[in-house]
Amino acid sequence: MDQSEALGVLEQKYSRRTFIKGVIATGATVSSTGYLFRGTPLLGAAAFQTATERLLSLNVNGQVRRVDVLPHETLAMTLRYKLGLTGTKLGCDRAECGACTVLVDGVAQYGCSMLTHQVRGRAVTTIEGLEDPDTGELSTVQKAVMDEGGFQCAFCAPGFIMSMTAMLQDNPNPTREEAAHALSGNLCRCADYDKILNCAMRAAELARSV
Amino acid sequence: MAKIRDMIPAFELLQPTSVEAALNLLDEHRGEAWVLAGGLDSFDWFKDRVKRPSVVVDLGGIAEMHGIREVTNGLEIGAMTTLTEVVRHARIRSEWSVVADAAEHVATPQIRNQGTLGGNVSQDTRCWYYRSGWPCYRAGGNTCYAAAPQAMNREHCIMGRSRCVAVNPSDTAPALIAVDAKMIVESSKGPKVYDAEDFFIGPAIDITRMTVMKERDLLTRIHIPSTWANAEFYYEKVRDRGAWDFQLVSVAAAFQKEGDRITAARIAVNGVAPYPVRVEAAERIVVGTTGDEATAAAAGEAAIEGARALRHNDYKIAMMRNLVRRAVRSVA
Repeated sequence: MDQSEALGVLEQKYSRRTFIKGVIATGATVSSTGYLFRGTPLLGAAAFQTATERLLSLNVNGQVRRVDVLPHETLAMTLRYKLGLTGTKLGCDRAECGACTVLVDGVAQYGCSMLTHQVRGRAVTTIEGLEDPDTGELSTVQKAVMDEGGFQCAFCAPGFIMSMTAMLQDNPNPTREEAAHALSGNLCRCADYDKILNCAMRAAELARSV
Repeated sequence: MAKIRDMIPAFELLQPTSVEAALNLLDEHRGEAWVLAGGLDSFDWFKDRVKRPSVVVDLGGIAEMHGIREVTNGLEIGAMTTLTEVVRHARIRSEWSVVADAAEHVATPQIRNQGTLGGNVSQDTRCWYYRSGWPCYRAGGNTCYAAAPQAMNREHCIMGRSRCVAVNPSDTAPALIAVDAKMIVESSKGPKVYDAEDFFIGPAIDITRMTVMKERDLLTRIHIPSTWANAEFYYEKVRDRGAWDFQLVSVAAAFQKEGDRITAARIAVNGVAPYPVRVEAAERIVVGTTGDEATAAAAGEAAIEGARALRHNDYKIAMMRNLVRRAVRSVA
């Protein structure tokens, strides 16, 4: 909350024009709207004058990133195509497969089924944000997955790892059954669930031994 | 980088921070406005381009619609409270466990973390002909594809049909009926309170809506009265997949007892009609008994009175009968 208020002050302090100038000068913001909308017939993005401020400060993986976000843009779209965080996958884009799972204020949610404008002032964590930012050391869950080698094609792995991370926050000592329930929002089309559960149990074990 | 897949068609996003502001926006935009709660029903509609609102009113920023409050006669759950919060709430778990149980059965952890109680009861039906954008009665057309001779209608209704044969998909709806919850619907004309079983409507009343809410109405909170606190509860949901799925048939029941006699009962079934069905005939049979096997069987038979199968869903009649029977049997 404090952060969003602080950002609000910042926005007032610097007009949009000076900010954009600054961005152009420093290249500080990822700007890929050009290719995002090229050739998309469904756009009509400019058809509605929106009351929503499009230039957002998003807290992603502990960094504040300025990004131009359309009102109807999902978080997974922004992460992948504007912030370059392609670890967040889009599988079904319908809140069914879980490949897009990210943590919003520490809670696992489907990035494909929320608007980026709904996470203003909240902290988003993606798979890229799990490792230690200074040393690059992998998180407990990531280490457990490396140990157990739980995935075949691993397209679903980032989503599963985010769900495992959320699971261990809520329940550091899960039974195999509880782990299966906690990971039920993620699908693996290689049907490697048994090994994935091995990873989850190994992650819990590693977390306890820390 | 990867190819851009798909975008939701453009809309104007409005994010009010109070109920009053939201109601003003709904008044201003009327039929143009789409109310967005958790979004798990809405975004599917938008991405499939079946519903294309020009204005979306996001309720996420309205603090007064979030959270669970103690009130004199029970609990009041803000409509924007997530299902996870309902599942984890200590008093709901101990005194109205059927509500927590039902909320736990909704979809996946991620969906429960984002989906709201208000959204769960207000969501639209999952009939795939309707969801795919076929111009059926419910969509304003003049036929029902799901009741046609060649139709795939294994998941459709066995009672309450009126041109439309879709079912209500909500898991929490029967539980809220079982605890006699009150739905508080606000509009700029003032609040109205509905019993949970009256909140849901069938196609005979209005084929284009699942609930009493019209445009400009907002479900702001759900009141759970103390009347049924600490009753004996039963909840069961039958679905195709163990991990997560919509219900085929689900039952929620509450029983009050004196000694081993049932003094009052509320039993609701979902997945069998376009609205969750309160089976009062079964409740009447149960009251005064101990919930013995003969009573349970009679209650089950009473529940399916008038049920009529479509081509592929006659199993639902037996399933409904047996679930009601099991609910009653759980008391003995």
